[in-house]
Amino acid sequence: MASSGLELLWVSLPQLAKGAGQTLSISFLSIAISTIGGVFYGVLRTLNVTWLNAILRIYLELFRAIPVLVWLYLLFFGLPIFFGLSLPSFWCAVLVLSLWGASEVGEVARGALHSLPRGQREAGLSIGLNAAQLYGYVLLPQALKRMTPPTINVYTRIIKTSSLAVLIGVVDVIKVGQQIIERTYESVLIYGALFLFFFFICYPLSAASRVLERRWTQA
Amino acid sequence: MTLDYAFILSTLPAFFKAVGVTLQVGLIAIATSLLVALLNATILVFRTPYLQKLVGFYVELARNTPLLIQLFFVYFALPAVGIQVSGFTAAIITMTFLGGAYLTEVLRAGVDAVPQAQLESGRSIGLSHGQLLRYVILPQAGILSLPSLFANFIFLLKETTVVSAVAVPEILYTTKSYIALYYKTYEMLAVLTLICVLLFLPLSLLLSRLERRLQHGQFGS
Amino acid sequence: MSALIEFHGFNKFYGAQQVLDGIDLQVQSGEVVVILGPSGCGKSTLLRCLNGLEEAHSGSLKFLDRELLDKATDWREIRQQIGMVFQSYHLFPHMSVLDNLLLGPLKVQKRQRREAQQQAEALLERVGLLDKRDAFPRQLSGGQQQRIAIVRSLCMNPRVMLFDEVTAALDPEMVKEVLQVIQGLAREGMTLLIVTHEMAFARAVADRIVFMDAGRILEQSPPEIFFTNPQTARAQQFLEKFSFVATSPETNPKKELEPL
Repeated sequence: MASSGLELLWVSLPQLAKGAGQTLSISFLSIAISTIGGVFYGVLRTLNVTWLNAILRIYLELFRAIPVLVWLYLLFFGLPIFFGLSLPSFWCAVLVLSLWGASEVGEVARGALHSLPRGQREAGLSIGLNAAQLYGYVLLPQALKRMTPPTINVYTRIIKTSSLAVLIGVVDVIKVGQQIIERTYESVLIYGALFLFFFFICYPLSAASRVLERRWTQA
Repeated sequence: MTLDYAFILSTLPAFFKAVGVTLQVGLIAIATSLLVALLNATILVFRTPYLQKLVGFYVELARNTPLLIQLFFVYFALPAVGIQVSGFTAAIITMTFLGGAYLTEVLRAGVDAVPQAQLESGRSIGLSHGQLLRYVILPQAGILSLPSLFANFIFLLKETTVVSAVAVPEILYTTKSYIALYYKTYEMLAVLTLICVLLFLPLSLLLSRLERRLQHGQFGS
Repeated sequence: MSALIEFHGFNKFYGAQQVLDGIDLQVQSGEVVVILGPSGCGKSTLLRCLNGLEEAHSGSLKFLDRELLDKATDWREIRQQIGMVFQSYHLFPHMSVLDNLLLGPLKVQKRQRREAQQQAEALLERVGLLDKRDAFPRQLSGGQQQRIAIVRSLCMNPRVMLFDEVTAALDPEMVKEVLQVIQGLAREGMTLLIVTHEMAFARAVADRIVFMDAGRILEQSPPEIFFTNPQTARAQQFLEKFSFVATSPETNPKKELEPL
């Protein structure tokens, strides 16, 4: 039974790979956009401009209050009605995961920047740096180290949450798995394989995050 | 964009019930997860050699895999080996599996933060393991973990939307059903959004206030 | 000749509390002004208003005859001319000493690297720390870091230097090395505003002592007069706390600091 199982996996590899490609593409795109967006959010929040803070805070709370899956449905069903726009489910997923991810990375960035001694900002201003130079040369380089372990954890969550894309119709690795199960009934094998697929991607990241955290909090 | 308010009103009883299901699944999951986590924390505190490794293994497995896959595994795969469960049961099992791991980590961090000296002084006045746990470790670990615990409770409550994938009639499933039946997409999505905001936003704001009150530094000191 | 710096009827509030009250102060070019006073009297705040780290509410602050309390003031430009050194030095920990020194000259003043580096190294040599140019701040002692912080400000070629309790956070053995650097700057004729608790130093280096209490300037006099014959009761009370300085006029404070 085991050998026929492995045989099945081997034979289905091309399909599964294609599905995995979708899953990983959604994840990587969202991770990239979240990182850039998150750093922007963190910087903007620490500028302490009242109206800007209010808008960003509303954005944050919206993505905290409304679960990601609900956001996926809101965009998938809602966009056509609201804006007459029909976004393919792949891009719906990327959009939602990016916006959500950016809010998460953003809070990490904000916390990291906030935790820097106030004197760093003052010392930088005292030698005449403007805001961009202050953040670029002084604050962000120092914040980056502190940000990295928690941000890696956000990346792990983005990858796991990308699994929800199957529920709005993306033909990702889960969908492909389900198609195989429909033909072969090997549900334990396939779901088990999917389980391990995510585990072997996410576990190294979590482990790396922990190692870095331990190493860098000694500095 | 005009809403069909009459229709919305007619669906309110169903949504009310749906919120009930959401809360039911969520609260049961929170309770069971907490039990699992307390068990694990005890193992970790007393450093039982073999079991400690097992707990670590469990935590890593549960935290690095998506809830959806865990759910599908329990609901779709287990029947193949003869174990048939309802969507509700599958939901509780998997959310306990996931939630237990998250809460274990929270408690572990809280316990780690209690100084070793506390254990030693407790032992030196003759406290048994159980008493040590109950009177010395858990109270201190508990206070330190409070914001984190609360954050994870909210997380579990929000994750209940995922179990809509196995036909548990919580808020998202109900919304989808009504959209499929009556095509009043805009109205149903509006109701769903409103429910989410009313349900989860106060909790999230409460958490922020709790965090600020307990002044927990995440970075540095 | 009009003053380099001029405060006139200067006021600042933190909410309902008035931290600076009707400050009238003039500083001439080349003067060394030491500001003394009890904790919380507003002396640090006064300094920080001068380089824009704190905002004022009313009154006038002129630098080189330009009104600084103007929405249009370009503080970036002012800060290049008014340098500031802080109690906790605040060197940038992720950069080497040399990079710390060159950041301003290269990125803000857009000078040539060769010229800026020459100046930085010359100044490092002057404070005796040239061999540390590639070190990182965490490898240095507090006194070394503070001297480098001073050099960092000097590299911007300011007209005025502000010192905010720069030795308060240092171990006693390191205080002198920093004060010597400041004394050297005073000798060269740089305009300095110093907030300090080091009485002997104040007496030795100041052209004028400004005594503040509760946000007001109570007394301004040359150091000899201030320390031996303070005019106001508050000043007398204040000096009594440092009685080992005030009641021993025989000791020549100038001898306590070796010439640079």
